[in-house]
Amino acid sequence: MATSTEQFRVCPRTGLQYHRSAELLIKANAFVAVVFLLIGGVLALFIALTRWQAIHLVGADTFYMLLTAHGLDMLIFWIIFFEMAILYFCSSTLLRSRLATPRLGWVAFALMLIGSVSVNFTVFKGESTVMMTSYVPLPGHWSFYLGLILFAVGALIGCFIFLGTLVVAKAEKTYEGSIPLVVFGAMTACIIAIFTIASGAIILIPTFLWAAGYISHIDPLMYRTIWWAFGHSSQQINVAAHISVWYAIAAIVFGAKPMSEKVSRTAFLLYILFLQLASAHHLLSDPGLSVEWKVFNTSYAMYLAVLASMIHGLTIPGAIEVAQREKGYTRGLFEWVRKAPWGNPVFSGMFISLIGFGFLGGISGVMMGTEQLNMLIHNTIYVPGHFHATVVIGTTMAFMSLTYFLIPTLFNREMILPGVAKWQPYVFGFGMALFCLAMMGAGTLGVPRRHWDITFAGTSLPYEFPGTANLMIATFAVAGVIAVIGGGMYVLVTVGSLLWGKKLDVGTYSNERSVLRMPVASALTSHGTTAGFAAPGTFVFAMVFLVAFVLYYFVNWKYLSTVWGLA
Amino acid sequence: MSAILPPGERLWWKQPLDRVEAIWILIAFVWCMVMFFMMPYWHVYGKQNLSTETYRTTPDMFAKKAQAVIDKYTVRTETDEKIPVVHPPAGEDVYLIARLWAWHPILELEVGKTYRLHLTAMDYQHGFSLQPENINIQVIPGYEHVVKVTPNRVGTYAIVCNEFCGIGHHKMVSKLYVVK
Ligand code: HEM
Ligand SMILES: [Cu+2]
Ligand SMILES: [Cu+2]
Repeated sequence: MATSTEQFRVCPRTGLQYHRSAELLIKANAFVAVVFLLIGGVLALFIALTRWQAIHLVGADTFYMLLTAHGLDMLIFWIIFFEMAILYFCSSTLLRSRLATPRLGWVAFALMLIGSVSVNFTVFKGESTVMMTSYVPLPGHWSFYLGLILFAVGALIGCFIFLGTLVVAKAEKTYEGSIPLVVFGAMTACIIAIFTIASGAIILIPTFLWAAGYISHIDPLMYRTIWWAFGHSSQQINVAAHISVWYAIAAIVFGAKPMSEKVSRTAFLLYILFLQLASAHHLLSDPGLSVEWKVFNTSYAMYLAVLASMIHGLTIPGAIEVAQREKGYTRGLFEWVRKAPWGNPVFSGMFISLIGFGFLGGISGVMMGTEQLNMLIHNTIYVPGHFHATVVIGTTMAFMSLTYFLIPTLFNREMILPGVAKWQPYVFGFGMALFCLAMMGAGTLGVPRRHWDITFAGTSLPYEFPGTANLMIATFAVAGVIAVIGGGMYVLVTVGSLLWGKKLDVGTYSNERSVLRMPVASALTSHGTTAGFAAPGTFVFAMVFLVAFVLYYFVNWKYLSTVWGLA
Repeated sequence: MSAILPPGERLWWKQPLDRVEAIWILIAFVWCMVMFFMMPYWHVYGKQNLSTETYRTTPDMFAKKAQAVIDKYTVRTETDEKIPVVHPPAGEDVYLIARLWAWHPILELEVGKTYRLHLTAMDYQHGFSLQPENINIQVIPGYEHVVKVTPNRVGTYAIVCNEFCGIGHHKMVSKLYVVK
């Protein structure tokens, strides 16, 4: 693989330029990611069918063990392996550069692989049923923490390779002007990742020493504070990454250009500036922390990071609308939506991801992240309801859509079963949306998360949840099965295409490379004009969103005002 | 032309905003500020704010204080395990122990009266989840959290554990009575 001269090819279908060593790394990381998604999806089936009390598929020990594995394989391993692929893709392919230190990239990959496999090993041996959060003093095996540390070190190396590649690209002048917005977004994700992984190291290394018997005590509240500086910030990596993917897909499918580079880039910067100790989100119902600290940090410094997401939520569909209108879909407010390529899973997946993330994940997240309102849902199943909307409908679906684009260009295969691929985003998106809503419903009725038996069989003072709660649970279990089928369709199409898809023309490898040019011609024509009202349809969507947001927000305050007095 | 290419103009930061964007940013910003000010507002005018009164404690220290209250105010016992039901006078300090896998003791409070409820965990972290009221508070070993509660409805409530605390987690459930 490693030759002394650099080798590049230009994809005949997309014009993207691939650096051979980067290409292999991207493929390897993306492939392992999908394997973890597959494992996590199978586990999801068992968990969902166990929480459905009428089926109650596996026993308590197994349930908690599988739930630990599901959280880790999905949230950490699937997502981060895929993010590594995205970082390498954005830096080397989009910037037309050689990847800095590809050998080190393989070291990073190996560390991540060893780490993730050993974590799975200790969890499935039943020695570390501590949930992905592993709150001390719940005891996990030392190899559990060591595996996570190795994985994190690998990911950290990957981040530095990304930054190194940006430096190489700049030095070797592989592009003109400023870096593309998508690369800028990936850079945001990368910078947040470095901060995040550092927090992870600060807490996981002592915890590893504690589990191995070298340290006698770790303060549980300190653990929670630092662990969540890692755990929550890493969700901000996901958001920055999947928003970059949304922008990329809008560009690929529609040739959409950002409505304003300034606004979109500033919004990304807000994520870095106001990330703060995002751990506050998870500590709102904890003792020992001051009100001021909670209020300031939970809202990410006065909701300015929420503001950033609301901006992206407008500018991406806005950019699509502008591009569609330029193509002539100008009738009424919404012709541009109706005439969008709904049969193309690259687009439909991305659009469902955007809408679901905003309406389900965003609104519920802000509600949960409000200091007093948090008491109403803390540790109920509302919480997984919320984050499946963000990290599954948002991040996972965005990554899935991107894969459909990558199969012909990166993997050089024709996609098999296009009919299945066409329906996949709808099955998965519908299943997951219903799943999230029903979980939130059950959580509002008090159903706890991470709980094997809410009928409390065999206890002396059982509690009976309202009948609606059981209905909600049955609903999310069925919806979960639908989502797992949707996930299976994705794995079938992607892995199947790699195995059986028709081989496509790779292009030829050579040492020639071309510079990424600025798009000169369009610069003045498309929007030189000042303040118009370029995306009215999107603006209407945004207003609908705002109304839903405001109503839901105040309904929860109303509900809070009726519960016991607390002071 | 697009987000995967460099910006079309070198001086992209000078390009004016479209009105759709500018108006939306303004609206979103105002809404964010409204949400931000709701939290301090509720601290002043709302009746449901989680107290932050917290002390460091040890299992022994806490158990001793809890036992003193149990000895003084137990009115009856329930179930085969003879769990004491404690009915302290209004306004009193009451103690609730979270441990693997039980809440101890059972509390009986009077409606409309305010109590200082002390919470801690003896071993792992637990989750205090009052049902069907749905008030949820994290319970952390080593920290004694004093929450002022004012029950506003007569009835039999449940306390469920909603933080994973090991293999018996789902068996950790108890009662709480609110009487006239
Ligand atoms: C394919 C469909 C999926 C289904 C049906 C599903 C189902 C579930 C269920 C039933 C739970 C347990 C809730 C509880 O009892 O507390 C859960 C937890 C979780 N899921 Fe999923 N899930 C799916 C996909 C995903 C994906 C793609 C991710 C991440 C990218 C993810 C991340 C998590 C996490 C982090 C937890 C929490 C684990 C914990 O409490 O420690 N899930 N999921
Ligand atoms: Cu417990
Ligand atoms: Cu528990």
